[in-house]
Amino acid sequence: MATVDIRNVRKSYGPVEAIKGIDVAVQDGEFLVLLGPSGCGKSTLLRMVAGLEGITGGEIAIGGRVVNGLDPKDRDIAMVFQNYALYPHMSVFDNMAYGLKIRGIPKPEIQSRVAKAAEILELGRFLDRRPSQLSGGQRQRVAMGRAIVREPSAFLFDEPLSNLDAKLRTQMRVEIKRLQDRLGITSLYVTHDQVEAMTLADRILVMNHGVAEQIGTPLEVYQRPASLFVAGFIGSPPMNVLDGRIDPAGAAIAMPGGAVLPLAAPRAADAGRAVKLGIRPEHLALTAADAPGASSIQVELVEALGADTVVYGRLPDGESLVVRMAGLPACREGDRLTVAPQPGALHLFDADGGRRLAEA
Amino acid sequence: MTASHTTGGRRLIDLVPHIVLIVGVLIFAFPIYVTLIGSTWDSATIGRGNLPLIPGGEAFNNYSQAWSESHGARASYTPVRVMVLNSLVMALAIALGKIAISILSAYAVAFFRFPFRMAFFWMIFITLMLPVEVRIIPTYKVVADLGLIDSYAGLTIPLIASATATLLFRQFFLTIPDELVEAARIDGAGAVRFFLDVVLPLSKTNIAALFVILFIYGWNQYLWPLLITNSADMETIVIGITKMIGTGEAANDWNLIMATTVLAMLPPVAVVVFMQRWFVKGLVDSEK
Ligand SMILES: Nc1ncnc2c1ncn2[C@@H]1O[C@H](COP(=O)(O)OP(=O)(O)O)[C@@H](O)[C@H]1O
Ligand SMILES: [Mg+2]
Repeated sequence: MATVDIRNVRKSYGPVEAIKGIDVAVQDGEFLVLLGPSGCGKSTLLRMVAGLEGITGGEIAIGGRVVNGLDPKDRDIAMVFQNYALYPHMSVFDNMAYGLKIRGIPKPEIQSRVAKAAEILELGRFLDRRPSQLSGGQRQRVAMGRAIVREPSAFLFDEPLSNLDAKLRTQMRVEIKRLQDRLGITSLYVTHDQVEAMTLADRILVMNHGVAEQIGTPLEVYQRPASLFVAGFIGSPPMNVLDGRIDPAGAAIAMPGGAVLPLAAPRAADAGRAVKLGIRPEHLALTAADAPGASSIQVELVEALGADTVVYGRLPDGESLVVRMAGLPACREGDRLTVAPQPGALHLFDADGGRRLAEA
Repeated sequence: MTASHTTGGRRLIDLVPHIVLIVGVLIFAFPIYVTLIGSTWDSATIGRGNLPLIPGGEAFNNYSQAWSESHGARASYTPVRVMVLNSLVMALAIALGKIAISILSAYAVAFFRFPFRMAFFWMIFITLMLPVEVRIIPTYKVVADLGLIDSYAGLTIPLIASATATLLFRQFFLTIPDELVEAARIDGAGAVRFFLDVVLPLSKTNIAALFVILFIYGWNQYLWPLLITNSADMETIVIGITKMIGTGEAANDWNLIMATTVLAMLPPVAVVVFMQRWFVKGLVDSEK
């Protein structure tokens, strides 16, 4: 068990900079999820921690010891790969035991460690099987078993669930969470799936184009996204983003369509400023036409999901607006609805850089 | 009525390929059958020119004479037991030597980054275009200067020294996922352990297939052994058979020639039959 410190780490492939200086200190026992779209550099960062990829700049320390120059085997980490990476010709037992054998751990100890891991992962019946004789979920469990038996300082996961079907993925997600709670081992977990990130993480590092857009708990990332990118990436359906301008009094936002949305706290300093306004679909509600901040939308598509309903509509000025309502409200394509944001649910971003505006 | 009609038609359709296959097998098998039968008759019967198509009673005499005696009725030969041993040593050394060199060089080229990696790969690859026959005179000179004439080393090393199977192993190694290599690095396996514990076991099926091909290649070598062996003790069986067939000055001991030929076929057949089990095992295990 240990901390993992990533200090201003960079990675270049020739002239291309894949990681542009990332800083994060992972606490002992913490579960940090690296979240971002495909190609943003999540795997690269994880592989630098593992020692599979050289570090172009900066420093990585595991348990307080700088590991930049160390081989993967000397970093005291274990890694779980997307395609399991099991040795196809070895039994489940041998797959788990291989790393221990190389380390010269005595046989009885190997036996007991593998037996313990197999029990935790419910793999006891399969120890003699080859990986090819297991289902995808079982293979993934063997891969985790191989990591557990090593009793490492840190677990590294690279999209371990993305090869599983949706149902199994949910099930394994719960298992990983339970496992990490039980073992309390510092973990770095790469995924592009926001649900995995929200459910597993103690903290999420949202990455985009090789930079950390935001580091925070799942709730912080959801409630106070640090940038338009984070706002759009977390939440489903994604946050509505509209153009607006803070009125001269700094008390409300004037929308191009004519609606005026009152601000919860006045922003005199930003009076007259153009902003991007974010409103989550679930924070819009039906309201009376004369309520403050009300806008009317024309319904274009209704997705009834059972527990809730997603309505895709259009504002009078042609902007699209997505509203998520609980239950099964009676509305159809072509209907007109009047909606308004719930108080205090507005996110304001700089119209240029997309960074969140400081709270008033 | 219609049903029996269709089954009849299908039976005919089934029959045609069978007939073609049976005819094919007969064409290929008949000479072997004649050889087999010939080895059971005495020299005079064969010499008369109308060999019966049923086995005769001389099998034991012919085979024991060919196996261990150094002279027939009309000429003297190297006994088959010596020649089979020579051929066996040559074929095994060539097959095992080539596999060892090829798999190691392919391992280097496929898994390691080093300067001029591709240049080395192409140099190895080019040896494909330079079989022994092409470089035979300089090779002979080198082997002669090294004093390796009439030795197993001289017989086998020049034939081993081309990594023709490198390409095949390299292509196979490239199908081993990077993740597996990385998992092994994290498990702490160095280059040698990874080779022994992972790459070699995964290559089992490929090695078995290559062994068969290279064993037969080695067993059937003719030109090089002809040049490099002078003494009867070093003669290989392919050379021996051609030497037994005279130049017309004397009649041939056809009974012994045929017995020798049958004996010469046995080791390659045994290798194929034995190795077949490994192929099937490799296929059934369905290991990636
Ligand atoms: N070996 C490499 N050589 C060159 N570019 C690479 C290499 N590996 C990754 N990249 C580039 O680095 C960026 C980040 O890749 P990666 O970390 O795999 O993304 P992610 O895991 O977030 O999908 C990508 O643009 C990718 O093209
Ligand atoms: Mg990736």
